[in-house]
Amino acid sequence: MASIHIPPALRKYTQGEEEVSVGGGNVAEVLRNLESKYPGIQERILDDSGAVRRFVNIFVADEDIRFLDNLSTAVKDSDEVSIVPAIAGG
Amino acid sequence: MNTVLQSPAPPAGAALALSLGKRSLRTPMGSVLDLVGNTPLVRLTRIEVECPGVQLWGKAEFCNPGGSVKDRAASRIIRDALARGDLRDGVRLLDSTSGNTGIAYSMVGAALGVPITLVMPENVSIPRKQITRTYGTELVFSDPMEGSDGAILLARKLATEYPDRYYYPNQYANDSNWLAHYDGTAMEIWAQTHGTVTHFVTGVGTSGTVIGTSRRLHELNPAIRCIAMQPDDAWHGLEGLKHIPSSLVPPIYDEQVLDETIWMPTDEGWDMSERLAREEALFVGHSSGANVAAALRIAKRCCAAGQEGVIVTVLCDRGERYFGPLVWEKHYVW
Repeated sequence: MASIHIPPALRKYTQGEEEVSVGGGNVAEVLRNLESKYPGIQERILDDSGAVRRFVNIFVADEDIRFLDNLSTAVKDSDEVSIVPAIAGG
Repeated sequence: MNTVLQSPAPPAGAALALSLGKRSLRTPMGSVLDLVGNTPLVRLTRIEVECPGVQLWGKAEFCNPGGSVKDRAASRIIRDALARGDLRDGVRLLDSTSGNTGIAYSMVGAALGVPITLVMPENVSIPRKQITRTYGTELVFSDPMEGSDGAILLARKLATEYPDRYYYPNQYANDSNWLAHYDGTAMEIWAQTHGTVTHFVTGVGTSGTVIGTSRRLHELNPAIRCIAMQPDDAWHGLEGLKHIPSSLVPPIYDEQVLDETIWMPTDEGWDMSERLAREEALFVGHSSGANVAAALRIAKRCCAAGQEGVIVTVLCDRGERYFGPLVWEKHYVW
């Protein structure tokens, strides 16, 4: 299972966990499995049309999925997936 | 007009002023720091058309020499610290910043010969890192996953560990921050609207702009509605703004000064930034978009109640500051 790095603003869904493990062959599957384990988290990451929200970046092994295959980007068990706000805040 | 300005022997002052029509000529300045503040107020005619009887105005803070509203606070913070003797020889100014304050500190530091060290989350855009470094500023990076609060905590730690090396002004707790707007922004808005301003609204970052401006406007006329805008959620994309309920609360933030808070979704702010570029030819950042979106909400409310109004908000910075890393940079290093 890949390990998913959860940013502080979304840790309320993971009971404070910074890093969680979920299965899935690509990013879309990983997010679906993340949602079934931590209900509510997926809609913070994806918009109503199912696309990654404009201000959210997802990295698979340090590569932005926008420049790979987006939600179809393959995820290996050894990969680290990071969900990062595009901005730094105040 | 260009012909007059480019002529080898400029005409006398009176003739030149005449050629500029109703606009008054700026006084020549001795330092870039004299260009901070006294920003234009620009009417948002194509946005306000939705609300007949209500005027919408934007304070063009992107006209500051460092490119953002943050020039005001940085300039006041550093000048006050020098006057108190906090920034003595051999001491560097150290603070945490997501970008605009860092650029402002860097500019003021270069102008006054004060060395600057900034702590910023690693994921601030590359252009911001490059701009601050160009002024000679030293950068220290904090964990990108921990956001601006992570930068605050690291700055505090460094300041505590090396008290002889650093002066830590802490923009979130520094009275010079809100005083810059109490003495500057608010008085300018009052004068530029000839005292007719009815509403002031702007986003909360350190809260210096909204608190300082609102405090003074309320003193000038308690009937002016002063409204803060915050992202509607901890998980947001309005750079520079803080969702206070989930953040370290800035000590200068004082809810007593505010009449109301508007909670702004990221998409509404981003959409308004794009609209401002297309319809008003104002290419401004997302926080400006969110500010105008909040101002438009108030305008619609006034309109629905059959009230007239003069609503002022802040155009914090220019949009090109946000090109990277969203679009142009492929690789991230941290």
